[in-house]
Amino acid sequence: MTDEALVELKRLTVRFDDRPVVDHVDLRVRRGDIITIIGPNGAGKTTLIKAVLGIQPISGGSLSMTPGLTIGYVPQHLTLESTLPISVKRFMLLSGRPQKQCLDALAKTGIEHLFNASVHHLSGGEKQRLLLARALARRPDLLVLDEPAQGVDINGQAALYDLIRSVRDDLNCGVIMISHDLHLVMAATDRVICLNQHVCCSGYPADISHDPAFIETFGQPVAESLAVYHHHHNHSHDLHGDVVSGEDDGHRECSHAHH
Amino acid sequence: MPIIDAVLGDFFWRALIGGLGVALVAGPLGCFVVWRRMAYFGDTLAHSALLGIALSFLISVPVNLGVIITCVVLAVALVLFSRSKTLATDTLLGILAHSALAIGLVTLSFMPDIRVDLTGLLFGDLLAMSRRDLLWIYGGAALILGLLTVLWRGLLMSTIHEELARVEGVPVERLRLALMLMFSIVIAVAMKIVGVLLITALLIIPAATARRLAHNPEHMVGLAIVFGFVAVSGGLTLSWHLDTPAGPSVVVTAFSVFLLIYGSARQAQS
Repeated sequence: MTDEALVELKRLTVRFDDRPVVDHVDLRVRRGDIITIIGPNGAGKTTLIKAVLGIQPISGGSLSMTPGLTIGYVPQHLTLESTLPISVKRFMLLSGRPQKQCLDALAKTGIEHLFNASVHHLSGGEKQRLLLARALARRPDLLVLDEPAQGVDINGQAALYDLIRSVRDDLNCGVIMISHDLHLVMAATDRVICLNQHVCCSGYPADISHDPAFIETFGQPVAESLAVYHHHHNHSHDLHGDVVSGEDDGHRECSHAHH
Repeated sequence: MPIIDAVLGDFFWRALIGGLGVALVAGPLGCFVVWRRMAYFGDTLAHSALLGIALSFLISVPVNLGVIITCVVLAVALVLFSRSKTLATDTLLGILAHSALAIGLVTLSFMPDIRVDLTGLLFGDLLAMSRRDLLWIYGGAALILGLLTVLWRGLLMSTIHEELARVEGVPVERLRLALMLMFSIVIAVAMKIVGVLLITALLIIPAATARRLAHNPEHMVGLAIVFGFVAVSGGLTLSWHLDTPAGPSVVVTAFSVFLLIYGSARQAQS
């Protein structure tokens, strides 16, 4: 792993009609990094990664990228026009990569048996895996994922984050992803950036949940549930559920007592 | 070659050969119209063809060239206007389609020296196909097929997922322009046979018919060409024997094939 940044944002700003949607964001992604962007709805998460992808013009600041970088992008949805017939095979081959590489990528995401199926017949979760496979087939230096866990059940999500980590290890690529599922993010990520137009706070998952800015953005109960989660890795989800829902003082003290 | 001369000397064969040339490019372009939901857009461009004809007479350039240029200018204006998002795209298209047609008709009426066969322009004319038109059609078809072959992967990718295509380095905007140029060419050369009001039908009906049976984009394009051939040869034969207008006869045939395929195909959509 080198220390050289694949992508570096300095005070990057994107405005829509003079309203800053992404405000002075600094971000550095190196090989091997997994960086997760979290934040409330409308926080500018998708706009930020689109700027990184080069498909959203920036209004200020700078964005520098290692030349010749291969980017793998996993968009939020694959909404295919029903009038356009296409098979998984054809969709994968449109990446311009050889069939062997496409099959390997499909095998990694666990849908190689669907090679000859029509994309229209895939479920939401399978489409998500297809998009990921397509990005992997390109052997990216930088993998950018916009809510990759959407439509994937809870076990699948854990497997998905495991997969993302193993891809990072295999390809030694950098990873930026947006996620809503805080618990899994905290378990799977190296670094979290909490975005609400500007970067509220950033750091290691275990530290960030104590950050006052994080608590202000997501609320005390969420922050506490995450803190608890990190101190009790082996507990079942039921218990977490209990702690999350406990908003009365007794529970709060209870969870603080674990620290 | 006496045989070729005999064939090209016969107006019916000229119309048929020209019509097949148009169907050859209407197939793939029609697929893009269907995939990218551009039916109304195509209609607007076709309507503006009449304005192109009027302008060609005004500044004395070849009619085909005038139509192509007018269509390209309008297409670019449409793309730029629709980006500003002050009006919904269908409203904008509705305004421009009918305004372009009306301005074309008004302009033509100001030129009493020029006699144009309006019915022929609007609905197509079997008798109007000249050898020069055949050259335009096959020249245009060769250009379009060449462009489509070279640009195929990028065009398809930007149709499936525009942002993904952009990230992968596909020049989405330039391809959009290329597609506009190809539409303009096909309108200019198809005008004589099916008429400006019915060109969109020749683009979308064979493509929509093909969708029912196709498994892959290229498969759909091939079938759309076949259905276009059927529509043109059936329609022109009908027009020849029953003395019906050429354009509507082609469209009626295309529509009959559409009904037949959708009525009989039991195959699940893929």
